[in-house]
Amino acid sequence: MEKVIEVQNLTKKFGDFTAVDHISFEVYKGEIFGFLGANGAGKTTAMRMLCGLLPPTSGKGLVAGFDIHTQSEEVKRNIGYMSQKFALYEDLKVWENIRLYGGIYGVPEDEIIKKTDELLKRLGFEKERNSFVKSLPLGWKQKLAFSVAIFHEPKIVFLDEPTGGVDPVTRRQFWEMIYEAADRGITVFVTTHYMDEAEYCDRVSIMVDGRIDALDSPKNLKNQFKANNMDGVFQQLARRASRKAD
Amino acid sequence: MTVNKGEFAVCCENITKTYPPDIQALKNINLKISPHQIFGIIGPDGAGKTTLFRILTTLILADEGKATVLGYDVVNEYQEIRKYVGYMPGRFSLYQDLTVEENLKFFASVFGTTVEENYDLIKNIYRQIEPFKNRRAGQLSGGMKQKLALSCALIHKPKLLILDEPTTGVDPVSRREFWEMLQNLKNEGITILVSTAYMDEAGLCDTIALILNGEFLKIDTPKNIVQQFEPEIFSVQSNQRSKLLTDLRRLPEVSSCYAFGDSIHVTVENKKISEEELQNFLLKNGHEQIEIAKIEPTVEDCFMELSKQQEENN
Repeated sequence: MEKVIEVQNLTKKFGDFTAVDHISFEVYKGEIFGFLGANGAGKTTAMRMLCGLLPPTSGKGLVAGFDIHTQSEEVKRNIGYMSQKFALYEDLKVWENIRLYGGIYGVPEDEIIKKTDELLKRLGFEKERNSFVKSLPLGWKQKLAFSVAIFHEPKIVFLDEPTGGVDPVTRRQFWEMIYEAADRGITVFVTTHYMDEAEYCDRVSIMVDGRIDALDSPKNLKNQFKANNMDGVFQQLARRASRKAD
Repeated sequence: MTVNKGEFAVCCENITKTYPPDIQALKNINLKISPHQIFGIIGPDGAGKTTLFRILTTLILADEGKATVLGYDVVNEYQEIRKYVGYMPGRFSLYQDLTVEENLKFFASVFGTTVEENYDLIKNIYRQIEPFKNRRAGQLSGGMKQKLALSCALIHKPKLLILDEPTTGVDPVSRREFWEMLQNLKNEGITILVSTAYMDEAGLCDTIALILNGEFLKIDTPKNIVQQFEPEIFSVQSNQRSKLLTDLRRLPEVSSCYAFGDSIHVTVENKKISEEELQNFLLKNGHEQIEIAKIEPTVEDCFMELSKQQEENN
């Protein structure tokens, strides 16, 4: 299987504090990989390194075939990223956001025009082409933000708590979009605090105190920890944490 | 109708609020909250939760309608309300450049009290951040900020504590701990009004109001809401989850079906299809390792069903 992320002993220290402590794992093409952990466990730091935004202190990481330390610009160009906190420009229109992100990711002009029509049609947003993003309901914004994040067909998309605060129906529709992207071969790397969403992932890793303390399919993790659901697994692991960042 | 002071912690009659140009944040809301309980307002972002809280905390005015908090009118007696209500807004709103201790002292002095006077009430929460009392609030981690904000909201010993999405973005373990703190405060006699977008927190409230698009879908105890759910719900699993969802959606007898953790919840009205018929349908479509069980709905199932009804009515 093609590996889209390969990480060995990846470590990040801030002074005396080891935020990420020798983590090693692989993520495969088309996989939905859940990246869980308590607040302060090191998820955000690890994710920033994987996106080429923060150089590691030691260890090695390849994302979409590029070294996160020496080729961070190539990494940035070959991934997609979406978070709940930052996604789209509210004061730009729907088509302007698509145009902007397409341009940033280097999609040729004529292709942007063609793909914008396709995208708006697929989402049923044709009427909203000229609407300002701030006027859209939250659920629509999130669907649009996800589509924009994968507009340049990256090998992998990073989703940082993409569904926070969304109503239950929209949250599920969002996950159906994630499945479609994965079926097309896009790898999905996702963090969430909703433990039912952890069940939707092919494999899940759980970080505790900067380390990856568990990594497997939700089914195997539930067996291993004798838990009925992923919340049970998470509670057992996170309570082990000695780090009191929170 | 006028309300006797003390009968309800919160009483809203026909509260409406519109933001320009035409965003209807609250549409004719009615709400009565009895004291000494944890009352949860549950709904997604944009449903109207924060607007309601800002009206009740006398920070904004409703366009229409009447509201009282602890028996005081939100317009004419706002100063009384501010004395007796503790408010923890959704966005961290303490002074980032003051230390932990300075923030707490500041809020105590604003309310004409001292930290010492009400220390008992906050000690279990504040003790956890006391080792960092000389650190600036802006330098705290998310969990510590939350504990400081809660301590500051409690320092004047409020009768009613209003918390706007205190657990948003918080991991499941810390969320559980936070709810334990709320339970302890309730036992101290404080009425708690809390909003959340996490449906699984509904069960931790005594009464809940489900809110969507500026309207309440239902107000009742979590138990009653679940019991009043009419359709049958089956939890279904098979070896092909993605196909399971699309196959089940093709069945006209199924009114809705959505992923729920490791299974799919199938809603069936008027017993249009039985467990056996579902089983046979899935076998015919090539599914294996099929597991079907009739289950009790969760609050989330109820929310989804009620939101569908709201959409149909509009």
